[in-house]
Amino acid sequence: MDIRIENLTKKYGGQRAVDRISFEVRTGEIVGFLGPNGAGKTTTMRMITGFIAPTEGNIYIGGKLLEDHADEIKRHIGYLPENNPLYPDMPVIDYLEYVAGLQGIPKEEVFPRIIEMIRITGLNPEKHKKIGELSKGFRQRVGLAQAMIHDPDILIMDEPTSGLDPNQIVEIRKLIRELGRHKTVILSTHILPEVEATCDRILIINRGKIVADGTSGLLRKQASGAEILRVRIEDGEPNTIFKALQKLDSTSQVGFVDGKKDRFEIQCHPGTSAAREVFRLCVEQQWMLTEMIPFETKLEDIFRKLTTN
Amino acid sequence: MRTIWIMTKREFGSFFDSLIAYVMLILFLGISGFFTWLFGTDVFLIGQASLGAFFSIAYWTLFFFIPALTMRLLAEEIRSGTIELLLTRAVTDRQVIIGKFLSTLLLIMVALAFTVPYVITIGSIGNLDVGAVICGYLGLILMSGAYISIGMWASSITRNQIVAYLTALFIGIFFHLFFGMLASGFRGFTGRLFHSLSMREHFDSISRGVLDSGDLVYFLSLIVLGLFLSEVSLARRNLQV
Repeated sequence: MDIRIENLTKKYGGQRAVDRISFEVRTGEIVGFLGPNGAGKTTTMRMITGFIAPTEGNIYIGGKLLEDHADEIKRHIGYLPENNPLYPDMPVIDYLEYVAGLQGIPKEEVFPRIIEMIRITGLNPEKHKKIGELSKGFRQRVGLAQAMIHDPDILIMDEPTSGLDPNQIVEIRKLIRELGRHKTVILSTHILPEVEATCDRILIINRGKIVADGTSGLLRKQASGAEILRVRIEDGEPNTIFKALQKLDSTSQVGFVDGKKDRFEIQCHPGTSAAREVFRLCVEQQWMLTEMIPFETKLEDIFRKLTTN
Repeated sequence: MRTIWIMTKREFGSFFDSLIAYVMLILFLGISGFFTWLFGTDVFLIGQASLGAFFSIAYWTLFFFIPALTMRLLAEEIRSGTIELLLTRAVTDRQVIIGKFLSTLLLIMVALAFTVPYVITIGSIGNLDVGAVICGYLGLILMSGAYISIGMWASSITRNQIVAYLTALFIGIFFHLFFGMLASGFRGFTGRLFHSLSMREHFDSISRGVLDSGDLVYFLSLIVLGLFLSEVSLARRNLQV
């Protein structure tokens, strides 16, 4: 199922928490919402899941308008809200049975689904405990299990890996990746490596607006524009090397790195790469080229650039 | 229908999971049993086989216990955020409200069912008016419904359970006591208005064994109004944070 959002707006008082957002998510796509706290990620997710109604704009899920077909569409959405709210007094299995019932799973399929979920999320050793007795990592798994129990076409997860240890994070990411092959997944996070590791596409939201939309590679290209190389050249007079590098056709700017005499940072003209020329120069001059690193703009930098001003 | 039943079952279970149900049952049976059989104007002194003493005790014990049961119904879900999960599932706000209402009413009925031995005991001593007993229980159930409904609304406007309890008690005391007191202080239309709002009036009329449509309308409209306002209160999330 695909999701289409048109001019979505949510006002709280006079403030626009979400401001005319439009985007589409295709079936089988994993989209990451990225943004500082209070940017409107959670509000957007709450509107897509039907928890709150938008002030303006339309949400189409599987081609149907959400407000007109809420009951039907809700059956196809699995949702893991922020902070993973659960009932601490309820035993894990009872809770999953309850959720399965509410989502309209036929009686005879309820227990096979519960067993399946417990297997997938690795809840087996803890399945007879009350939810309140579980550790945070296991609670998060219960949260994932309840979101997926009715095998939804769309999974919406608000910070799915918060509070997990690094091993669990890797597992959950793997799980999300696997699920994303057949399902439409939207997840929000402010952990940048997470979106890179799991998402096909990134939407950066700031102050209720989408400020960037694309794959992480595309965002990098847009943000930097030109390739940057870091090189280390030895066996030569630093100033001669510096001047020679500046003379190359494809370099627009050369600088020393960290004040060290043998390391240079080369910024290329947009659309060209100086790598070959630098290598050839070193061969001609009998200099020793010991390092050449294409320097990628970090997602952190893009994020900071787009969300602070 | 199935959704409402699932909701009801889980809410009913959660009263037992969190031990509230046990505490409530023990206290209710303990207090009403003590005042019915052992203390004060107990059944043995009336000189007739009547459960009137029990009904007037239960009239007060339920009044205090019901807000304690309803205070967590929605306030707890709002505070912990589980309301968000609940309402994004394939359920409507109305199903949630009705499910929670029925679960609490069911618990009250269970509590009342434990007092059936009282009926049997008194019935074996003398000639019991079965119709009046049934009507008395019906009155208690209808009254409970009204207070559950009010309690649900009180629980829907706050995330603090104590506030919910006190609000429900505050609203309840008007129906339970104040309207009746005010009715005796006024004449004419105002007097009749307070008279018709008083819970005691309608409860007494039913527990005497008279099923009047006016009493039923009174209880049912309180229930519907409370549930409707709870639903409105849940829908308010669309307007603000």
